Amino acid sequence: MSVALDARLGQPWKKPPFVKSPALRWTLIIGSILYLILALNSIEVNWARVYRGLDRGWQFFVAFTNPDFTSRANDIRLGLTESAVMTLASTVVGIGVSIPIGLGAARNISVLPVYLTCRAIIAVSRALNEIVVAILLVAIFGFGPMAGFLTLSFATIGFLSKLLAEEIEDMDKVQAEAVRATGGTWLQRYVFGIHPQVVPRLIGLSMYRLDINFRESAVLGIVGAGGIGATLNTAFDRYEFDTAAAILLVIIGAVMVLEYLSGIIRAKVQ
Amino acid sequence: MLRLEKLTKVYKTGDKALNAVDLEVPQGQVLALIGPSGAGKSTLIRCINRLVEPTSGSVLLDGSELTRLGAGGLRKERRRMGMIFQEYALVERLTVMENVLSGRLGYVGFWRSLFRKFPQSDVDEAFRLLDRVGLLKMADKRADELSGGQRQRVGICRALIQNPALLLVDEPTASLDPKTSRQIMRLITELCAERKLAAIVNIHDVALAQMFVSRVVGLEKGVVVFDGAPDDLTPEVLTRIYGEEDWAETVQPVDEDEEAAG
Amino acid sequence: MAVSTKNGQKVWQRRDRNSQLKIWAMWLIGTAIFMWSWTQISAATTWSFFWDAPRIAADIGGRAVPPRWAYIEKLWEPLWDTLNIATLGTILALIMAVPVAFLAARNTTPSALFVRPIALFIIVSTRSINSLIWALLLVKILGPGIFAGLVAIAIRSIGFCAKLLYEAIEEIDEKQVEAVRATGARPWQVMVYGIVPQIMPAFAGIAVFRWDINLRESTVLGLVGAGGIGLQLQGSLNTLAWPQVSLILIVILVAVLVSEWVSAKVRGAII
Repeated sequence: MSVALDARLGQPWKKPPFVKSPALRWTLIIGSILYLILALNSIEVNWARVYRGLDRGWQFFVAFTNPDFTSRANDIRLGLTESAVMTLASTVVGIGVSIPIGLGAARNISVLPVYLTCRAIIAVSRALNEIVVAILLVAIFGFGPMAGFLTLSFATIGFLSKLLAEEIEDMDKVQAEAVRATGGTWLQRYVFGIHPQVVPRLIGLSMYRLDINFRESAVLGIVGAGGIGATLNTAFDRYEFDTAAAILLVIIGAVMVLEYLSGIIRAKVQ
Repeated sequence: MLRLEKLTKVYKTGDKALNAVDLEVPQGQVLALIGPSGAGKSTLIRCINRLVEPTSGSVLLDGSELTRLGAGGLRKERRRMGMIFQEYALVERLTVMENVLSGRLGYVGFWRSLFRKFPQSDVDEAFRLLDRVGLLKMADKRADELSGGQRQRVGICRALIQNPALLLVDEPTASLDPKTSRQIMRLITELCAERKLAAIVNIHDVALAQMFVSRVVGLEKGVVVFDGAPDDLTPEVLTRIYGEEDWAETVQPVDEDEEAAG
Repeated sequence: MAVSTKNGQKVWQRRDRNSQLKIWAMWLIGTAIFMWSWTQISAATTWSFFWDAPRIAADIGGRAVPPRWAYIEKLWEPLWDTLNIATLGTILALIMAVPVAFLAARNTTPSALFVRPIALFIIVSTRSINSLIWALLLVKILGPGIFAGLVAIAIRSIGFCAKLLYEAIEEIDEKQVEAVRATGARPWQVMVYGIVPQIMPAFAGIAVFRWDINLRESTVLGLVGAGGIGLQLQGSLNTLAWPQVSLILIVILVAVLVSEWVSAKVRGAII
């Protein structure tokens, strides 16, 4: 029996703590508890109001089991078409604009001024919430799907360009070098060296973004930027929960179908 | 002590992994199970503690029929069968000590185990075992920081702290280099001798098996085709188990000097 | 790739004729759909407004600069509320997402036939609906205020977190779980010792990732009356107080950048 063992026998054992320094550990623990207390206290829950609301919640739940697709079928159809149209057009335009910006934002193939400009565009697009952009664009372009279309296009640019740029930066540089060694022009280099590696990934990401754009298009109507969100907002305002439930089910169904399709397409190209 | 009667396992795909295997292992005996890949060695071991559910036949451990037990009874009996795995199967993100103590889970209540409040006797036993395999200093290291041989030692401690009557050992050396393989095999056989444990050791390295065990069972396509002393493993027997090959080299007695130097 | 013979010479083409035709057909259909979409949008647009846009944008821009810095006094409290909506909403979501994820993962679900579809439905339905819509609904049910926003964020995040978490659960190393089970551990102990340590890094990553997204989303919940800084934004927009709007947008932008920085730091520390 070794000395080290003797020293440890009979001693309790504790799992070594995740944060090694005790001072930091206790600061974190006490800080989190303090924050939780403060945060929970700052939330005022009007239980009487909640209690009254439960009845409405129940109505809404019942509405889900008995959704009303018919009485506003026309509005739903128009809203859904508008959402679909906005989604498709903005995804296509978004991809079109994303490709040059993505190329420009890839450090390994771009020059510094172009790189910085493209990165700045991406940063702004990613930082601004779609709804905020939509509000501003509605103020500028007026109500309707044009504002929604522009919003989604702008959001798509930030999303796709960034991932595309990262993809290009990560890709095998040797392959691009090989094409350069054969003496190709810039365009040839792109078409033969970068394009074949990045395209499957780009198609996958675009399908994913199509999916996101549809979901977003469903809310843009709340701020007046077109799509099924406007129909939904109206239904809620009139307390027509059965119609609202129908619209929500339509949205869920559409998202599921889109997700399924995009899954198939992504599996095919990769 | 352990008796298998007509143990049969047919997988859903229709593959018959075990075909009416009868086997008896007395207390304290270390038995090597050899055979080609796919012979059913791994399935046999897993059918004993029912990690794989046998299709028919029975497993008797000290008279209690494991194949008839419900979930609770099976858990109680599993405590008496320590298992050592091919790729160590330590929980990588837990510390060495937690991995060893997890061998006591069958004896400790849920809340105690959740808060790592194991009884002092378990903690002491864990320290003793770690000291025995030379890893006491590593007690608070995370399992994924250890080398292969060290991980397998922790795996051995986890099995032994269960205070088992039987060790089920599945290819303990398959992921280790030759020197470490011998060390691990020696450790397992020594510990079995110290504690009078029976053990079934799946092993594909025939020479290594011959070096350490007293009994060898050959399995081929789910059927026992050899059962005897290691010295009886003649080239003819190996051909029956593994198929035609030049076996002269394999069955040569191992050079013990080289082994001692290694 | 195809090689055909033309005038006795071998000609190399990237694709054979049929697949080439298919690709052209797809392009044609795609272009047609896009053009149709565009005409729809175009028909719903008042083009005189559209061409007027640069002037209006310049006008709004002119009014919005400089931002009314003094207004920041009134923004601290809504900002604090926004932070709370995001943080508490994420915590609440995680509490609910963990059981859903375990019920949805193929290797831990108690019943693949009955329980798993229900769990998957919860995931899909909460994920498909944007938090703003949840807020819209909850404001009607619970009344306007932070509480509705918090619950909206929580519900929206269940599906997102549970989906990522159950994918992580399905990817765990089963051998480690088997080893714990072999010791005679109870199912709950197998979960705590065999599964939980393996998914901890994924869990932490998901929590921080979702918190970052939730902070962005909770900045706009006020637009439908669910508390936070969005309320001030709505109020300022309604009164056309553009200098206040520009200040709020700056504050939101800074908050988002800070949250992104924090989440990157925390993720770096965990993984």
